[in-house]
Amino acid sequence: MARLSDFDEIGRDYYESMPMPEFSYTPWVVAKPIAKARVAIISTAGLQRQGDRPFSVNSADYRILPNDTSSAELEMSHISINFDRSGFQQDHNVALPIDRLNEFVAAGKIGSAAAFHYSFMGATHPDKLEYAANQLAGVLKQDHVDLVLLVPI
Amino acid sequence: MGGLSHYLERAGFATAGISLIRLHSEKIRPPRALWVPFELGRPLGVPHDAAFQSRVLQKLIDLFDIPEGPVLVDYTEDAPDSGPSDMTGLACPVQFDVSNIESETLEMAVVREIGELLPWYDLACKRRKRTTVGVTGLEIEEAARTLAKWLTSSPPMDVVNDHTPVAMLKLAVEDLRAFYFEAAAGQPQGDTIGSRQLADWFWGETSAAKLLLALRARLIPDEDPALKMLGHNSVVPREQWTRFGIDDRWWHER
Repeated sequence: MARLSDFDEIGRDYYESMPMPEFSYTPWVVAKPIAKARVAIISTAGLQRQGDRPFSVNSADYRILPNDTSSAELEMSHISINFDRSGFQQDHNVALPIDRLNEFVAAGKIGSAAAFHYSFMGATHPDKLEYAANQLAGVLKQDHVDLVLLVPI
Repeated sequence: MGGLSHYLERAGFATAGISLIRLHSEKIRPPRALWVPFELGRPLGVPHDAAFQSRVLQKLIDLFDIPEGPVLVDYTEDAPDSGPSDMTGLACPVQFDVSNIESETLEMAVVREIGELLPWYDLACKRRKRTTVGVTGLEIEEAARTLAKWLTSSPPMDVVNDHTPVAMLKLAVEDLRAFYFEAAAGQPQGDTIGSRQLADWFWGETSAAKLLLALRARLIPDEDPALKMLGHNSVVPREQWTRFGIDDRWWHER
């Protein structure tokens, strides 16, 4: 139902009118073979662990989600109200597939899971996320992460 | 999301991202994107369907095998319907006691509904072993009262649980909706209730929805840009606007 034709006219107008950042080129890093790679997930669902600070309007920071974060610990404080929450309420993996990632690691399809995954608040304009993304890159290197899976909401 | 993939790829990480709005990925051109045809809020497609989620994840990591980019690949398997899109053949998730509604304020009506929903909410928590209610740090009745106070001539002024009044307002909307949705899932139909059916019930039949609708009308004319934007974008979802005769295309004025 995320085809534009599935939204009503107001919804289509919103998504078609949304300003997008412009990039003059697309960077490209040759990926390490996935079966040997260390993989982190970055969500833009505005997720945090219970007790962490919720996201606020235009938050450009991130929250840390350890790889062993349990379903019971996860909360969502995304600023937008325009997406379904009931799927996440039933099963966090529909928005943050940590369990699936760890199953792929156990099956040898993926080398290893990062110690930490991360969540941003996706309604923030991408230009504002650049500084935090560059900071996060340093943290990912310390965790020896090779590949990043980006999961929106 | 596409912006983050540009930034991280520039920093030396190969990235692969799920795309929910294909048009946006066509414009941003991230290195590797898998467009999925799923409902917003469900990027892996189907809750409690590990096989389905694994197929999506496999397609996503397969993008790393493609030697050149940018690449935008379509995921072609639709998610099965998450339940009926209307109430046909199913009882309303929750029927409220409306015997004394004439003497109630909106705040009283919401607190009454919360009381009626609590047993179902508790049941849902036990069954799911989790809740997403609680970002305010308030009891749910208090969260509802906090929202109702914005409709009075003396709105909240104090920082509570380290949250400013504006931040608390947003979080209380989140908690209130989460509570109702989770309580409805505690009913016998449980997780078989579709997302659209849940939304129809909440927005069509609850006093909580009336409270949020009134809150929206209160916030949009406010001089505080943060409150105005919350009113536009964070109280009543766009897909429900037609139900209430709303056509507020604020995004053309920014």
